[in-house]
Amino acid sequence: MTAKILTANRLADGVVVWLTAAGEWAEQVDRALVARHEEAVAGLESAGRIAVADNRVVDVNVVDVEEVGGHVRPLRLRERIRSGGPTIAYLPGAAGRKSATA
Amino acid sequence: MPMYRYDEFDHAFVADRVGQFRDQVERRLKGEITEDAFKPLRLMNGVYLQLHAYMLRIAVPYGTLSSRQMHMLAHVARTYDRGYGHFTTRQNIQFNWPRLSDIPAILNELASVEMHSIQTSGNCIRNVTADHFAGAAADEVADPRPYAEILRQWSSVHPEFSFLPRKFKFAVTGSEHDRAAIQVHDIGLHLKRNEKGELGFAVYVGGGQGRTPLIAKKIKDFLPEADLLSYSTAILRVYNLHGRRDNKYKARIKILIHETGTEALKRQIDAEWERLKDSELTLPEADISAIQAYFEPPALRERPEGWADIASWKKADEAFARWVGRNVTPHRHPDYGIVTISLKPIGGIPGDASAEQMDAVAEIAAEYSADEIRVSHEQNLVLPHVALADLEAVYRALVAAGLAESNIGLVTDIIACPGLDYCALANARSIPVAQDISRRFGEPARQAEIGELKIKISGCINACGHHHVGHIGLLGVEKKGTELYQISLGGSGDETTSIGEIIGRGFKPEDVTDAVETIVDTYLALRLEASETFLAAYRRVGAGPFKAALYPEAAEAA
Repeated sequence: MTAKILTANRLADGVVVWLTAAGEWAEQVDRALVARHEEAVAGLESAGRIAVADNRVVDVNVVDVEEVGGHVRPLRLRERIRSGGPTIAYLPGAAGRKSATA
Repeated sequence: MPMYRYDEFDHAFVADRVGQFRDQVERRLKGEITEDAFKPLRLMNGVYLQLHAYMLRIAVPYGTLSSRQMHMLAHVARTYDRGYGHFTTRQNIQFNWPRLSDIPAILNELASVEMHSIQTSGNCIRNVTADHFAGAAADEVADPRPYAEILRQWSSVHPEFSFLPRKFKFAVTGSEHDRAAIQVHDIGLHLKRNEKGELGFAVYVGGGQGRTPLIAKKIKDFLPEADLLSYSTAILRVYNLHGRRDNKYKARIKILIHETGTEALKRQIDAEWERLKDSELTLPEADISAIQAYFEPPALRERPEGWADIASWKKADEAFARWVGRNVTPHRHPDYGIVTISLKPIGGIPGDASAEQMDAVAEIAAEYSADEIRVSHEQNLVLPHVALADLEAVYRALVAAGLAESNIGLVTDIIACPGLDYCALANARSIPVAQDISRRFGEPARQAEIGELKIKISGCINACGHHHVGHIGLLGVEKKGTELYQISLGGSGDETTSIGEIIGRGFKPEDVTDAVETIVDTYLALRLEASETFLAAYRRVGAGPFKAALYPEAAEAA
């Protein structure tokens, strides 16, 4: 089975988050809880439904990943870009907040 | 300053909407309303959820901004976002990183300069776009913006047209040379005069890009200006009634006209119009005049000294001469020019501007362009009224702001949507492809040799990057988990609108710039003379030579 993790966007600021083993939503994909069998995936999905109902996150999705050298890597480019941010240097040096929640 | 100003009703309405949305956001954050209930409400206020964050799309009606408004956009970028914004192909601006919880405050600040995000999303009549040289161009018959404003007022929260089968876009031009791409809009209006000298419109219906690109059909040669709203209402009513609601991909009016037939649909529209014509929807002359008064051209004083100045400046500075040659367009006043500010620095992100750059443009416009700025659908900014005598000072100020790229209409003046770097709908990235092509062709002499060439890039079939009407269009798709770029050639979004033809199988990201270079080199080898543009050459020779150059194996096999 392809390993899976759970992702969403945080309700208040839209920032990409990943569900951790502690049940928290982390901004780093490497902290994501990796589900390696069907029961674990069902657990992820259940956690996602609860988080949506709690209005903590939106747009919850299970994402296929591989584990490479101790890192979690989403298989789809879309999710890799979500995990790493835009692949372009958008106006480096421009003033402004680095992270909406930092 | 020549632009529409809010009246008391407008102020009260926008303030009410901000208050309403503030309440909705607060209730959402407290969990009192669900995402399913909230999503349509946020979309009605221009708030999308993209890959990394929320995105706020702000309307720039017919692409016209004052310095004060541009300063406010800079302030929003700096205070609530990451210090930049993205100007779009619909003459709007998008901020990529606002917090949901901050958006009511942003909208409140925008309202203070008569801006908002209403109808920048949803199945309603969207921001009306117009020629970005409106009110300034030497070749203009009349300023199309008063009519765009009339349409804006009429369509704002129009109760009958707020839940159409799909979104609906108007574009208006007042020149024979179409800079507003009216033939790829749901309704395209070409403002012109009849033989009696009266103003009216040629009306085009059912154009659009997306997954089914279609060129609009002209259904009226001359619609008197007074009938603008009655006729538009007739079109919208027929569409609202008969447009498909069972399949969102077939819901635009272009599909309705395609499936119904132009003549049959025109008969339905005319039958509806018979009931509406000469009703209260007829525009009184006094109302048209009142709106036109808001767009009175600025009082531009004679500045004949510019003619001699500019000749000597050009002689002294080759880069300035190049910039004037590419970025300055004739103004209706002979002592003035229209300056296009390129938001396409070599290797940069098409359409992006930093807060500092927005402030710089606002300051330059206040001092040298009668306080006016335009946003073009080609993702550039425009200073519509600059005295030739001030061009050198404007150029120096733009150089200091990193905004003096001399590439308007050239191969590096690329349109690109945000693509998979930001957009939740995208299948492939657009921006890195644009950057790579820009770097490959960035050398000024090479760009000049190639001449006018419009490259347009979309990261998905929705075609926000207008690839269908690019001389060279690139469409990013996802195939077997990787990005692939399909190339089309021969598209154009002007008065000779054509949809580009797909040239063959797609190219990997690392090969697409080489493919573009092969196309360009093929063109250079076959053009009859330097003045034969890429588009003219393509229309003369067709796809054959380009296919042979791009796919030599296939050519040999044949």
